[in-house]
Parts: sequence; structure tokens; C-alpha cells
Amino acid sequence: MIVPTVQSGQMASRVVLTDADIERVLTRIAHEILEANKGTEDLVLLGIPRRGFPLAQRLAHRIAQTDSSVDPSSIVGQLDVTMFRDDLRRHPTRPPGPTQLPPSGIDNKVVVLVDDVLYSGRTIRAALDAIVDLGRPRIVRLAVLVDRGHRELPIRADHVGKNLPTSSAEKVRVRIGEVDSMDGRPVNEVVIEGPA
Amino acid sequence: MKHLLSTTDLSRGDAILILDTAEEMAAVGEREVKKLPALRGRTVVNLFFEDSTRTRISFEAAAKRLSADVINFAAKGSSVSKGESLKDTAQTLEAMSADAVVIRHWASGAPARLASSDWIDAAVINAGDGTHEHPTQALLDAFTLRRHWAALAGTSPGGSDLRGMSVAIVGDVLHSRVARSNLWLLKTLGADVTLVAPPTLLPVGVDSWPCRVNYNLDEVLQSGPDAVMMLRLQGERMNAAFFPSTREYSRRWGFDDARLATLDAAGGRSTVIMHPGPMNRGLEISSAAADSPRSTILAQVRNGVSVRMAVLYLLLSGDSSGEPGRIPTPILQENPA
Amino acid sequence: MSVKYIIKDAAMADGSHADLLVADGRIMETGASLSAAGATILDADGLLALPGMVDLHTHLREPGREDAETVETGTRAAALGGFTAVHAMANSMPVADTAGVVEQVFSLGRRAGWVEVRPVGAVTVGLAGERLAELGAMADSRAQVRVFSDDGLCVHDPVLMRRALEYVKAFDGVVAQHAQEPRLTAGAQMNEGAVSAVLGLTGWPAVAEESIIARDVLLAQHVGSRLHVCHVSTAGSVEIIRWAKGRGINVTAEVTPHHLLLTDDLVHSWNPVYKVNPPLRTAEDVTALREALADGTIDIVGTDHAPHPSEHKECEWAQAAMGMTGLETALSVVQHSMIETGLMNWADFARVTSSRAAEIGRVGGQGRPLAAGEPANITLVDPAARWTVAPDKMATKGRNSPFAGLELPGAVQATFFRGHPTVLDGMLNTPHPSAVEDSAWM
Repeated sequence: MIVPTVQSGQMASRVVLTDADIERVLTRIAHEILEANKGTEDLVLLGIPRRGFPLAQRLAHRIAQTDSSVDPSSIVGQLDVTMFRDDLRRHPTRPPGPTQLPPSGIDNKVVVLVDDVLYSGRTIRAALDAIVDLGRPRIVRLAVLVDRGHRELPIRADHVGKNLPTSSAEKVRVRIGEVDSMDGRPVNEVVIEGPA
Repeated sequence: MKHLLSTTDLSRGDAILILDTAEEMAAVGEREVKKLPALRGRTVVNLFFEDSTRTRISFEAAAKRLSADVINFAAKGSSVSKGESLKDTAQTLEAMSADAVVIRHWASGAPARLASSDWIDAAVINAGDGTHEHPTQALLDAFTLRRHWAALAGTSPGGSDLRGMSVAIVGDVLHSRVARSNLWLLKTLGADVTLVAPPTLLPVGVDSWPCRVNYNLDEVLQSGPDAVMMLRLQGERMNAAFFPSTREYSRRWGFDDARLATLDAAGGRSTVIMHPGPMNRGLEISSAAADSPRSTILAQVRNGVSVRMAVLYLLLSGDSSGEPGRIPTPILQENPA
Repeated sequence: MSVKYIIKDAAMADGSHADLLVADGRIMETGASLSAAGATILDADGLLALPGMVDLHTHLREPGREDAETVETGTRAAALGGFTAVHAMANSMPVADTAGVVEQVFSLGRRAGWVEVRPVGAVTVGLAGERLAELGAMADSRAQVRVFSDDGLCVHDPVLMRRALEYVKAFDGVVAQHAQEPRLTAGAQMNEGAVSAVLGLTGWPAVAEESIIARDVLLAQHVGSRLHVCHVSTAGSVEIIRWAKGRGINVTAEVTPHHLLLTDDLVHSWNPVYKVNPPLRTAEDVTALREALADGTIDIVGTDHAPHPSEHKECEWAQAAMGMTGLETALSVVQHSMIETGLMNWADFARVTSSRAAEIGRVGGQGRPLAAGEPANITLVDPAARWTVAPDKMATKGRNSPFAGLELPGAVQATFFRGHPTVLDGMLNTPHPSAVEDSAWM
């Protein structure tokens, strides 16, 4: 069977964030988070699978670099929102992913949700519901690599890597080395694909 | 797939997806809020033509933890016992917009019949049919075995199968839906299965099954199986001359204290003892064996809810317009909006 | 009655071609280019003329289960299937175990007028297997019963079977045994073997049939009587019957069309349309049955046409009734499994579906050669036709055909019953004119 490649046909793609751009953006977000939290106290980063989790891990590493008392793995977790989505019945069944909280839990913590793309806001709505079932954080903040607009719910991000004006006909693809590879090599980039 | 009727329908990928999903469900069971909104607005009917309180409450707990509405429809005391046909019952449930029917029936094949008919559109989950299959029992057994196998290997169970594991299934194989479902699933997951039974309680045709058969329990225990699954024996089988007496059965094929002691004396082997319940203590299994640290019997009950949550979730949460509930092939999610 | 028909240029079972002149219920003349004043001409070019088919094993259900079938609907189905005579099995309600009931069925057949209906008498009162029914009274009745059977149930008591075999000698009768050891088949749902093991259905072992046949052929030998074995279904049964015939025992045997084609693999579908007694067996059994029919070990094809109302099949397998319809598909299934496989020719077909069956049932005037002076019971078949089985379009009330959706060869174009075309152009025509007269005095 021959599978047509995405690049062929009417699709055009352009890179909006390179590997180096992503690194730079994450460093800035890490600093913003520390500044907003006035340090690392009670800080928990919860990545939303799949790509939000490695992004949260990278942020945790950067935060740990500024505060040697912090073990990055102790402040990062992942939060699967699959079963809280409001669009489950509009798609084929999605298998749930793992939810893993840091050992200290999330009660009375400052939880920063981390995701790759903020779009309709529905994933974050689901994440907020999921959090409520897991505990009671003091504050919940949101960090995203890319905000592409087109919100459908009253939700906004506290920390944004890059604002990307897009049309809804376009697709934003985030590739993170921990998850994505091309020709066997990990790849880090943000690409907009759309009608040529 | 739209229904869960038999473990023969499950590919290795399907089975692992169900078990992995059940691991996530098990984690939910440990939280303060043991409830997920995934099946809000969905209706699950427990249609039981045969009494089985344990299976029914396990499915009921699973459905409720996923926020589904649950209707219990027991054949006794309902119109079914007044001679209403399966077809009419199914059409009634269809008219009530049931999204899933969990069916327990004394007749082999009744769930498959329901699923292949045009009487009802709902997903059909076999909760035990006659002497045919009991797929969720096999899944919860596999889940229990996989955790045990992974713990021995010092790994996490996620994504793994049962390759290299040897499992003995002991007892009334002929009349056991649990044995059938387990055999197919264990083979799919790579385990090695030996059936141990009196020759009268093995079906004609067993020689075409993908397993070994041995009439001697002690011989099999000496070979050091990783798990021994004891089947429930119904005492009334004695009347049909399947064996001379329950005493003789128990002596030859029961997991008694002597066999437990032999197993313990054999050293630090990690053989587990399983039983689908309800047990006949002193008949197919002694109390000491059932209550020993080797016993997984309570873990099996606990895991039953997680596995049934996984099955309900995977069959029911998806697109309802076209094919309600397919067990998905694990694909990478692409930037879900 | 002076309606005359000339069947032009039909192929005979032996491969020759001839015209047949039919009048007054008989074949008046055969030969080339026949003509007769006022005769209706039937162009039979490309068609095969066969002796009208005779079924030794039909369930017409009347009296008692008219919701399943009536003599009228069942015999319409028979005519469409190419039959000119059927034997109505005794398991009606009331059971055909008295002269009164067999005469009723016989009369219903005469009134319907589509085929000759020969009632089968029960061997034991109420099919209960306890004491002999009045076999002699049934034999002497207007119905002239010669075939006795408890079909559906086995005459399993060896003494009772022995007595029945002995007793029917008095009027040249035959006991048609439904060979099923009841204790070995308690609760049986399907063939016992690899498929039943997987499906968890109670098995119906081959030995339950074979042990009864073995016993019965020995009894028939011992008392010097005539035994007919209904619906033989296993390779082992074939071997026993072959052995018995080799020893000169007076045994005949029948096989159903469905046992010549279908296997127990179909039960994987859980569709009760495949539930039948004896059950569908394995591919090896099918092969053995085909060979036995071809070499004469099995004498005849009997349909075991068993219509059931839909509610008896639209249910769980274990709850479903056993049985399949077969009258309207028998010819095609036999052509498909025996002739197109090269195992038999059309002359063999005529033997197993007509002449031998009439001999066993002692039905005079049926199963005769297509020759001048013989009764005009004729089936005209288009062997090149192909059709898809559609139970909804059948004349039988039963919709339980296991061949539904199957494309099969061979179509009955016309059936002549005692000189009258009950079927023309593949469709029902009119019953035999004598039916009207029969109604008048009933």
C-alpha cells in the first residue's frame, strides 16, 4: 500500500519554531513561571500527554538549574484528560494515557498545566475537571508552547511561548524529540500546514 | 470491534490495549474521587438470565465509575420468566436506547446471537454464556497474571504480554466458560497452558486445542507452573457420573493442603493460585490454599472492576453515530483540538 | 379428461432425447417428432425429463402445527421442488398412530392435489416408545401405510424395535428408524467434536447414531425383516450399513441434502437455521456420505423437510427448534453436491430421488421409468439454470432454509403429477383435477 506523504498535493508547510527557538522559548517560560511563583515553593508542573509531558519535563529541568535544592522529577507529573473530554463521542475511541502525580500530590500546590498547543480551550477545560477529581491545588496556571487562537471557551494561558495567528483551515504540528522522530532521528519543531 | 463476545476475537494488540487501559482505570480506583465522566449520558443494561451477583455488581460498579446510567434487568421476576423471548427483550432494550447490553445467559452463544441479530444496535458484552465463554473473567485473570509476571521481572506491566509464563488450568474444563476464554487469551498473550482434569471433564475435541492436557495434577505441579488456576466444580456433576465421588475428585484434582505444602517445600518459587469464584472450599481448593499468600483470589475480584471499566470505556466512549465503540488501534494522537 | 401434452425434445436421464405424449394420466407414447390432435406442446429443448421425485421423509406438520406448515403449503412446495409424492412423517399433533389420523392426512393430500401424500405411521403410540401403535390398522386403512417411523425420536427399546420389525412383515411394511441413542444425546445441541468443544455446546456424538444402526441391522437380520435408516449422517454409519448390505441384510438408508453439503463449522455463526437433528457433521462425514450415495450404500435422498415458525428459530441456539426446510432446494443441492462433482449422473439421480424411494415406500405408480404405458409422473429440469435461494419466496411456510443466499444449479421447470402439470414455467400451475372431486365428497 502506498501512503501519500503530507507534503505532496495541496499542502504547504512552513516552520515557525525551530529546535533552537523551542529551547529559547522554554527557557523564557521557565523564568516566567519562577517569577510568577516567586521561587520554586509548592510548584508542580503537570504535562498533558502526549507532548505536554516532555515539555513539562524540560521546564522542570530548567527550573532545577536555577534552584539546586529542586529534584526535577519531584515537581513534574502528567495529567491524562482523555476521559474528561467533551468530544469523546465525536471521535473514534481514544485509549486513555497515564496520569502520574508527583509524590507530594497537588493539594495546596501551585499547579502549572503544560501543553503544546492552545486552540479551542477544550483540552484545558477537561484538564481542569481532571484536576478537581485528583485534589485541590491552591492555584492552577497554564503554560503553552504555542497559542494559535480560535478559543471556544473563556480560557487563556498565563505563559505563552509564541502567539501564532492561524486560520482554522491550517494545522499546527508540534514535534518534540522525546515523542517525534523523522528518519529515525528525534525532531523538534513547530510547523504550520495549510492549503497552498 | 463493536462487541466483546469471545476472547478468540481479541488480537494481541486488542488484549494489551484493554489491559493497559485497565491499568489506568485501576489508578482511578485508588483516588479519592473514584469516578470518571467518560460515559456520562450512556446507558448500560445488565441483562442477567442467570444469577450471578458478583459479576453483576462488578459490571455495575465499573459502569457507575464511568458515570454511565445502569439498568439491572434480571430474568427472574421479570417478563423474561413469563416466556418473553430474547428477541422481544432485546427490542425493548433497544426502544429504551440502551448503549450497551451486558448479558449473562445460561445458553451458550446467546450474546453472539444478540450481537448478530438486527434486534438491537447496542454494544453487546458477554458476561458469561453457558459453557462457552466469559471473556471479562479471562481479561481480569490475564490482568492479574500480567501484574504478577511484571513484578517478578521488576518491570511495569504496561504494554507487556505473558510470554514465557506457564499456566495450569485445573478442573471441570468441559463445563467451564472460564477455561475456554482463558485458554484463547493466554495463548494470544504468549503463555503456555496445560489443562488438568479428569478425562470425563474434558471435551471431545480438546486434542485440537493449543495446549497440553494432563490427567495428573501432581505431575503438573512438579513441573513448576507460574500460575495454577482452579475451576469451580459443581457437585451435581457427580450425579451424571463424571466422577465417582466428590471425595475422590478432591483427592485427585483438588488443590489441597498437601499440594500446597509440596509447592511451598519446592522452594522460593512464585507460583500463584487463582480461582474465579465462588469457591467450594474443601472441594476444588482447600481453605489454606485459598487464603495463602500465593492466592490472587481477592486481587482478581478487585481487578475485575478495572478490566470491566476498560472494556466499557473502549466499547462505548467513541463516536456514536457510525459504529458505536470500536476497540481502537493504538494510534498517536495528533494535536487534538 | 382428454387434455393432452406433448413434451418436445426432452433429454432423458440416459442422455437420449425424445418427445413424450401425456394423456389420461399416463405416458401414451415416447419417440421422435410425436404429434397428436389438440395436444398442448411444451418445448423441452435443453430440459431434462426425470421421473417425478419421491420423498420418503417430509414433515407436513398437519394436523396440529398448521402455523408451521399445512398439507396444502407443504405439497405446493413439494410440487415446486419437482416431487410427485411425499411421505408425511407421523410426528403431527395428534400423532399419526391410528388409522383415523393417517386417513385424515391422506385425504388432505388428495384434496390438495399437488402431489401424492403417503402418510407414515408411528411405530409406537404417541411416539412414546412404550407400546406398538396399531400398525396393521394403518396398513389396511385407505392410506395404505407401508412406512412406519417414530421419526424425531428413536425406537430405542431393543425389544420394541425387534417386535416392530417382526410385525411389519405381515404387510410388507418397513420400519424407518431415527437412529439416536437417547442417553448419549441428552441435551445435545450439535455434532460432538472440535467445534462443539470450542463453542461449549453439548455434543451429539456420532456413536449415538452408529450404535443404534449397528443394533438395528443385527435385529433386522435376526428376524428377517426390512429396515430403513433415516437421515444417515456419519462416516461410521456408512461403514456399518455397507457391512450389513455385504452380509445380505435387508437394510436401506437415506441421506438428506443438507448432510451432503453443510458441515458443523456453520454453527460458529450461532444461527439456529443450522440446527438440525441429526446435526451437521464434519467435512469427512460429508465426503463419506457423498461416496456412499454414489455407490449405492445409501439408497436414497430424503429431504427431512422440517418447517418451523420463525419464532422457533429467532432465539438462542439452545432454545431453537431442530430442522430445516428442504423440498424446494433438494434437487439443486443434490445436483450441486453429487452431479457437478462428477460422483453421479442423472440416471443415478433418478434412482436416488425417485425409483428407489418408491420401492422402499412401496408406492405403486411412482418412480417408474418414463416409458409408454407408465403413469405420467415427470419432473422437467433445466440443469443449466442457476438461482439464488430466497426463503421468503418459497411456497413452504417455513423460512428456515440453511441454503438462503446460496447460488445453486438446476431449476424445476415443470412437474407432471399423474398427467397433470402442477408446475409450469417454474411456477405453480393448478392442482390435479381429481382434487376437486375429492373435495366434493369430503
